[in-house]
Amino acid sequence: MSNDKITQADKDHAADLAARAAARAPSPASPAHEDHTLFDVQEMELNFGPQHPSTHGVLRIVLKVDGEKILEAKPDVGYLHRGTEKLFETETYPMGIPHTDRMDYIAAATNNHAFCLAVEKLIGVEIPRRAQLIRVILDELQRLSSHLVWLGTSGIDLGAVTPFWYAFREREQILDFFEEYCGARLTLHCMRIGGLPFDLTPGWTERVSEFISDLPARIDDYEQLLTDNRIWKRRTVGVGVISGEECIEWGLTGPIIRASGVEWDLRRAKPYECYDELDFVVPTRQNGDTYDRYIVRVQEMRQSARIIRQCLDRLEPGDIRGKVPRVIKPVAEEVYASIESPKGELGFYCVSNGTNKPYRMHCRPPSFINLQALPRLAKGHLVSDLVALIGTIDIVLGEVDR
Amino acid sequence: MNLPAEFWTYLKVVLLVATVPAIVGFVIVLAERRIMGFMQARLGPNRVGPQGTLQGLADLLKLVTKEDITPARAERAVHFLSPVLAVIPALTALAVIPFGPPVKIGKQLVPLWVADLNIGLLFLLAITSIGVYGIILGGWSSNNKYSLLGGLRSAAQLVSYEVPMGLSLVSVLLMTRSLSMVEIVRRQESTHLWFVFPGLVAFFVYFVSGIAETNRNPFDLPEAESELVSGFNTEYSGVKFAFFFLGEYTGMIIISCIAVTVFFGGWLPPFPHVPALAFLGAIPGVVWFLVKVAFFIFCYIWFRSTFPRYRFDQLMALGWKWLIPISLANILVVAFAILLTPRRTNGLVTLSWIYGGLFVVMFLLSKLRRALTRRDRLAATGPAEARAEV
Repeated sequence: MSNDKITQADKDHAADLAARAAARAPSPASPAHEDHTLFDVQEMELNFGPQHPSTHGVLRIVLKVDGEKILEAKPDVGYLHRGTEKLFETETYPMGIPHTDRMDYIAAATNNHAFCLAVEKLIGVEIPRRAQLIRVILDELQRLSSHLVWLGTSGIDLGAVTPFWYAFREREQILDFFEEYCGARLTLHCMRIGGLPFDLTPGWTERVSEFISDLPARIDDYEQLLTDNRIWKRRTVGVGVISGEECIEWGLTGPIIRASGVEWDLRRAKPYECYDELDFVVPTRQNGDTYDRYIVRVQEMRQSARIIRQCLDRLEPGDIRGKVPRVIKPVAEEVYASIESPKGELGFYCVSNGTNKPYRMHCRPPSFINLQALPRLAKGHLVSDLVALIGTIDIVLGEVDR
Repeated sequence: MNLPAEFWTYLKVVLLVATVPAIVGFVIVLAERRIMGFMQARLGPNRVGPQGTLQGLADLLKLVTKEDITPARAERAVHFLSPVLAVIPALTALAVIPFGPPVKIGKQLVPLWVADLNIGLLFLLAITSIGVYGIILGGWSSNNKYSLLGGLRSAAQLVSYEVPMGLSLVSVLLMTRSLSMVEIVRRQESTHLWFVFPGLVAFFVYFVSGIAETNRNPFDLPEAESELVSGFNTEYSGVKFAFFFLGEYTGMIIISCIAVTVFFGGWLPPFPHVPALAFLGAIPGVVWFLVKVAFFIFCYIWFRSTFPRYRFDQLMALGWKWLIPISLANILVVAFAILLTPRRTNGLVTLSWIYGGLFVVMFLLSKLRRALTRRDRLAATGPAEARAEV
């Protein structure tokens, strides 16, 4: 090759080769002739994402692999960063709600809810009972739909394509319920400070009730395909094990910590709305592996159905919105309000300064904080397991990057 | 008028080469998508032509008119060659498959196979393993790390699974004492026994390895969509991609054809010697053959929509720690069954009953085990109200 034809790519390649040769150079301890044995660690850097079907959005993971074994996994977030927290500061309190739709876009209702709770705490408004019940129904429907998306996609990640279609069939129905209630299917904007924007449409409760009655049988269908499937178990049991203590140290919440034997659910631990009067079980498991996280989420879906049923039974006519001033201008104060979103603890920390816009609105996004544990979980596993682990953490990149 | 034998040979070659890709494109791919659609509560392609029957044509047009891209730093010659390497051996292998008994055309008796090699089975094993090179080289030459991983996976997987596959066929050779595919069918006719019965274990090992050989679920690791983004064929487009596709599906056909010929009596109807079932002989042999092949293709599709994917190390463990020992033990059992009984057929019949009984027991045990694990799981899930119906 003549000199004038050397391109930048060739130079990079040469530099790369030199760097690798330097990395492979024998250390003083090892004799030189062992340089090229069969069992050398041959490190390769693999760029996993941001455009990859299994990163559930635009997550980039820089992998150092030896063959297929992961030596190191570094998540690189921020590809979907939209400065949501800064946007909150530039707009009035009610105008902040639609931004939360776009954080965890798989579960917009719970985001709305957490945001509203924070502002309500700030201005000290009382939520009418009917609004509380409907909020809980919407939350739990959203939890169902979020878990259904998780079930379908994490199944596909491990090569089980069929559960996806069943899960999305049910999710479609839930989206229809939301559409009927507030007109939107994904970015819902379905809660307001002090209550709800709309009352339920006629017949909505009956339709939801019918859906909820069918649901346990449908969940049995998904379980039939996965729960006792040997390949599914081999791919998930013992993969990404994390203990309860470690979960607490990492700040992990949601199904992850409950699968590691810690019964921590904000609906039970710090009840908001009317969760304290509802009868439901917080499913926990002991092993803290991918399989247990799967079981916990599936059990949560069954519990959500129970909660919705109880709320539907308690619904009575009444107000759907508390007494909220036309212009929300809270006194200077700092509050934190959090709820149990499908992914874990979703909290808003709000600092007000007496104007109609928040001085600072910080979000505690469960996806982001749970994602931290990925390098710890992935180390030593194979590339195939990484896919399972991303699925089991259940991240939504809109929420990770905000 | 007697046409020379060469004429019929050429005609059959042309027919095979012309029809198999068409069958792949129009029948199998469509069937796969429609059947999977049915299993997955959706419709599948039904827009192009009545009930989507022309979908194959649309796909073909799409692939042919697509730009053929070779990555900038790819190994050009190898990149070009590997799709060819994936298809040619697969099509060649069809030459020794007996699709039916010889048929009379005019006054001539025309056999429905291109060649009856006396080493037919060996030839099949040899020629299908060449197809592996297409995948390995395609993955390597693309200069893409994901493709490379896919190629490496397939190298390890296909080499490992050739072994149990070959070993499982050895036990059938003990029964036939011939490698000729036609002779294998004739032997099943004369012993009144499909070899799947005495070769039940061999058949299971064979079919599992066969699925692994063709890179299909649950062993589709080399192209694992969700891990390797299609793996070895990521960098292929247009006609080259179509060739890989054709190679894979022709591979499925061949695995099914071997299974039918070796274990399921080829063109024979079920139990031809039982008088009550003699009427089944009225259906031409070639139809029987195609129906049986179609059943195995259906199994491929069925597995694809049912199973998750194995992990690489688990796949290797299954091959080396289970399938190979099982098939080796099976060879011993079959050999003894043949040696220890005065007439070969007696031993094979006894073996069939033993294996059949074993199969039933294993089936019941697995059902029991499943029920027990399910009970334990439910007990471990917590209080009874956790599962309470709403």
